[in-house]
Amino acid sequence: MNTKNIMIVGVGGQGSLLASKLLGYLLLQEGYDVKVSEVHGMSQRGGSVVTYVRFGEKVYSPIIDKGEADFIVSFEELEAARYVEYLKKDGRIVTNTQQIDPMPVITGAAEYPTDLISKIEKLGIAVDAMDCLSLAEEAGSAKAVNIVLMGRLSKYFDIAPEKWDQALEACVPAKFLELNRKAFALGREA
Amino acid sequence: MKQLMLGNQAFARGLYEAGCCVVSSYPGTPSTEVTEEAAKFDDIYCEWAPNEKVAMEVAFGACLAGKRSFCGMKHVGLNVAADPLYTCSYTGVNAGMVICVADDAGMHSSQNEQDSRHHAIASKVPMLEPSDSQEAYAFAKLAYEISETFDTPVIIKMCTRVAHSQSIVDTAERVVPPVKAYEKNIAKYVMMPGNAIRRHPFVEERTRKLIAYAENCELNRVEMGDTRLGIITSSTSYQYVKEVFGDTACILKLGMINPLPEKLILDFASKVEKVAIVEELDPIIENHCKALGLEVTGKDVFPMEGEYSQNMIAEKLEGKAAAYCKLDETLPVRPPVMCSGCPHRGLFYTLKQNKVTVLGDIGCYTLGAVAPLSAMDVTLCMGASISSIHGFNKALGEESQGKTVAVIGDSTFMHSGMTGLANIAYNQSNSTVIILDNSITGMTGHQQNPTTGYNIKGDPAGKINLEELCHALGFNRVTVVDPYDLAECDRVLKEELAADEPSVIISRRPCVLLKYVKPKKPLKVLCDKCVGCKSCMRLGCPAISMKNGKAAIDTTLCVGCGVCKQLCRLGALESQE
Repeated sequence: MNTKNIMIVGVGGQGSLLASKLLGYLLLQEGYDVKVSEVHGMSQRGGSVVTYVRFGEKVYSPIIDKGEADFIVSFEELEAARYVEYLKKDGRIVTNTQQIDPMPVITGAAEYPTDLISKIEKLGIAVDAMDCLSLAEEAGSAKAVNIVLMGRLSKYFDIAPEKWDQALEACVPAKFLELNRKAFALGREA
Repeated sequence: MKQLMLGNQAFARGLYEAGCCVVSSYPGTPSTEVTEEAAKFDDIYCEWAPNEKVAMEVAFGACLAGKRSFCGMKHVGLNVAADPLYTCSYTGVNAGMVICVADDAGMHSSQNEQDSRHHAIASKVPMLEPSDSQEAYAFAKLAYEISETFDTPVIIKMCTRVAHSQSIVDTAERVVPPVKAYEKNIAKYVMMPGNAIRRHPFVEERTRKLIAYAENCELNRVEMGDTRLGIITSSTSYQYVKEVFGDTACILKLGMINPLPEKLILDFASKVEKVAIVEELDPIIENHCKALGLEVTGKDVFPMEGEYSQNMIAEKLEGKAAAYCKLDETLPVRPPVMCSGCPHRGLFYTLKQNKVTVLGDIGCYTLGAVAPLSAMDVTLCMGASISSIHGFNKALGEESQGKTVAVIGDSTFMHSGMTGLANIAYNQSNSTVIILDNSITGMTGHQQNPTTGYNIKGDPAGKINLEELCHALGFNRVTVVDPYDLAECDRVLKEELAADEPSVIISRRPCVLLKYVKPKKPLKVLCDKCVGCKSCMRLGCPAISMKNGKAAIDTTLCVGCGVCKQLCRLGALESQE
């Protein structure tokens, strides 16, 4: 099998590291070679952050380059648009519709672009957009946006839901497991 | 057992299995997790040292005592530790000593993009360069063998993509070698001229032996394929090359980057029609090949700056351009910012209002230079704020009186701010130094330091009192302020700028991301009172934005610090109990 590429993008502090941990664990259990590349340090402080998850028979590069991603999982609308160039021709974007103003918008130096999702769709790209923040809050915590998105992403994989659940159990602290199970289910079913 | 591991975690596992007993490091992205992960093994003594020079000297002392030791740092940290490095190359080791240096091509979290391989060459110390987690793990173990066989410290060079990528590692058990009893040996260990003169030929001879080792060791390997192109590469660049060429091109994969082999390279080159060198940053392999008389492609097509990738290699070596969709829209950038509730924000706002020249330093607070605060004029290296304000004020004398401050974090102050402060006290410039004490090393992800009172494991430890330390260095004026209290910050700053002697202000409040700091409820905007004047937005807090002409608070981000409330003259921002 050719290497599959998932990019997780968002704003530093939104919890992308847990999402990549979950995917890494799951895909390793499925018997794939896996590489996950993260960003630590200064970019994490509210900046645009990217995590690469790659899996297949044999994975070499730890990063995903332009035109290579099968999926972009985005925690925020503007960030989904920012990384469109990384998507494969027939790739898919799974995104939270939450909008977080970057500093240039806060200071008035720039405006938050409008209708980004329909502009992306006009390029012929499949976009699965949903309000993950509301679903996360419904599950019990605004911080569960990451797991709502993982639930949504799981729809596009031929991996049994029990396997996803086992990965959740392995990656999430026990006291938050039920909350995250609910978040995952809400994302998957929405 | 096979598991997915971060490169740095795999490195730590290698240290553990090799029987490493003492670890001393200073945090620095992307090296930090090697030491954090090593600290999870109870069999290894681990500590955060105040700086990299201290860390390396601790590791040297431990290896001298007969136990395998380690110190880790980022690329610029090796500049700080260069002094012990260059001479422990001469003394050699007793038990093995391994050094990790992590480069940051692309500058994800660094102030420059220097190539650490130069330090290995200049100090004549062997350097290994893993290309994934499995190699980071295996090379850490092998490095101790090399260290003890050749009587030398060994550097393992990581880079961001190896340090911070997870890949599969097959681990084993820990094996602790017997302690090598320390034996007094003045000729080997006391580096005064008479002895060092005799050690230098040993170093040169060692290099010759290491070159012979490099010619056919397991670290350097040839992968034969189509002989029309031969690529010499190392580190993460090897992975990009494999991604593009798979098994089709010939590859000489170098795991030992100093010293470089000669016969192996010449032999490889003789078997291929054309040689290309793929290495990030400086042309070190390339220049070596050219010195051997080879004609190669390298920096004539590849950049000296930034990170490489598979697309870049396909384009430069095969002329293949990647195809992808583009959005015809200018998107606002999203630079990193100080967190909402960050205690540094109030202090930087005060500095901006007072229009002082700010000599800054390295840490989260370097983000004080970002708009709208833009309250930092200079950032150079660890500790430079304090030393350079002294130079600035000595140069201008009366002219800069009361117009400059230095700002430095608590950890950076312990790293290399103290000596600068001693210089101010000794040579008397009328300088105002602000220590931003957020009770943690913030930017690298919350490491303890000598001022926090806790060690690397979170257990109680010695605690240096900053006020007493500043007094002891000769400062009469030392004032503590709460950076959440803007009026008090302003009053104290004005007072200390006006004073006719050097002074220290300690701006003290713990980092808002610390677990023990409990956030307050988010602030509420009273829409009938808000007139949309944007006064609160001058803070550059990511939790505040304008929605429909009124201030709006992002309740997922706001921690209720209340600094913005102090800027609203209409009382439109309200704390909630």
